[in-house]
Amino acid sequence: MAMVSTSEFRNGLKVMIDGAPCSIVENEIVKPGKGQAFNRVKLKSLIAGKVLERTFKSGESVEHADVHEEEYQYSYSDGDLFYFMHPETFEQIGADHAAIGDTEKWLKGQEICLVTLWNGNPISITPPNFVELQITETDPGLRGDTSGGGGKPATLETGAVVRVPLFVSENEMIRVDTRTGEYVSRVKD
Amino acid sequence: MDISLLQERATFIGAIRAFFTARGVLEVDTPLLSTAATTDPYIDSFSTTSQGRNAEGPERLYLQASPEFFMKRLLVEGSGPIFQLAPSFRAGEIGPIHNHEFMMLEWYRPDFTMEQLMDEVEELVADFVDLPSTERMTVAEAFRQTAGIDDLLSTTTEQLGEVAVAMGLPSAAEMELDWNGWVDYFIALVVIPAFSHAALFLTHYPASQAALARLSPDDPRVAERFELILNGIEIANGFRELTDATEQRRRFEREAAERLEEGLEEVVVDENFLSALEKGLPECSGVALGVDRMMMLSMVKKQLDEVISFPAPSV
Repeated sequence: MAMVSTSEFRNGLKVMIDGAPCSIVENEIVKPGKGQAFNRVKLKSLIAGKVLERTFKSGESVEHADVHEEEYQYSYSDGDLFYFMHPETFEQIGADHAAIGDTEKWLKGQEICLVTLWNGNPISITPPNFVELQITETDPGLRGDTSGGGGKPATLETGAVVRVPLFVSENEMIRVDTRTGEYVSRVKD
Repeated sequence: MDISLLQERATFIGAIRAFFTARGVLEVDTPLLSTAATTDPYIDSFSTTSQGRNAEGPERLYLQASPEFFMKRLLVEGSGPIFQLAPSFRAGEIGPIHNHEFMMLEWYRPDFTMEQLMDEVEELVADFVDLPSTERMTVAEAFRQTAGIDDLLSTTTEQLGEVAVAMGLPSAAEMELDWNGWVDYFIALVVIPAFSHAALFLTHYPASQAALARLSPDDPRVAERFELILNGIEIANGFRELTDATEQRRRFEREAAERLEEGLEEVVVDENFLSALEKGLPECSGVALGVDRMMMLSMVKKQLDEVISFPAPSV
């Protein structure tokens, strides 16, 4: 089991806290005058997503978390698991609902996603920053309104709902930023 | 790096010299390399080796973590009041308000009480930093006000741990600390943050937390040590100096044993310093002040690297 010392702490380092892999988001060394120094650390749990606060004696070691990210292509879902394929080795892995989380609503198939693996198992999936999806349902908008101030909800082929400008209509392909969930543009054929 | 910073720094250093010259305090400079190092288990000294001074082979030398031992040897020789602007070195201390080498302003005042020296620290700092009214508070009182611990000096290790857990402090339940460790933990996580917008002298540290200070004649459970904390940052650490050579040796040996127990590198105890104490250190108070930190607060900067020419990551 690999250990890392507090002196190696840096943002993004993955360590085990209470049996779960966490990523360091903030590391502050506090030293009260002449005494013992401490590392005050904020960590994001990679499974629960919560931010935790911990204090370590400087020089203490904690277990390193075997976490890495790799690109996989989304294949399909059988309802329980979402299957991804490695583009070079063709290895197939299944991610459960907890790992997929909100990402599910952006995936229809073939997308290259960033898969976070802990001890070889997927624990979270990051979709591409931009996806192109077809609108399956939206109210007809008022022609001539190009101000973009208002907008209307549109349901996409994956079930995601995004706000689109009034001039966008059903069956059109649009480009969406998955990081914000916002409409970017129409996609011309 | 901004060149105007160099000018500000030079003005700053000049003003410090003027402050002491006007008060008849003599500027000295003492070696940065010594054959001995501090035994403090929480200070790591840099060391190097030198060929040729003696026949037995290379000699180990330490960069000084503070000029304290050499300056006290000058006091023994009859220097009278002295000050020094001394580059000081502490391995591994790098962070927003730490740099592994830094400028220490250290001065000693024969016949000054701790209170008189605190007055002088306040007068100096007020020349550089917009000081709000400065409060003086014992460590025990600060624990009472910020952690609800009524009588710190009577607490046990377990009781301090229980209070930390009850206060919901981070990792309190898992921390493995001795009594001093818990005191440090509370000071770092509770006391100092509670005074993060104030000027505070914390005084009368537990006797176990002041290796070079005299014990209080009124209560030997505490030592005559003070720290000045400005906006949550430690600026200065001072003592009514311990003059008893036997007691000093005993404390060094205790720290050396602690280093051994913690698996830290063994260091050479400063015998030259101890034999100087045996000749007789005049009654005095002394203080060490972080010049870079004071400059940082004076210039309303957030990090040390904004006030030093080449911070550690760029050398």
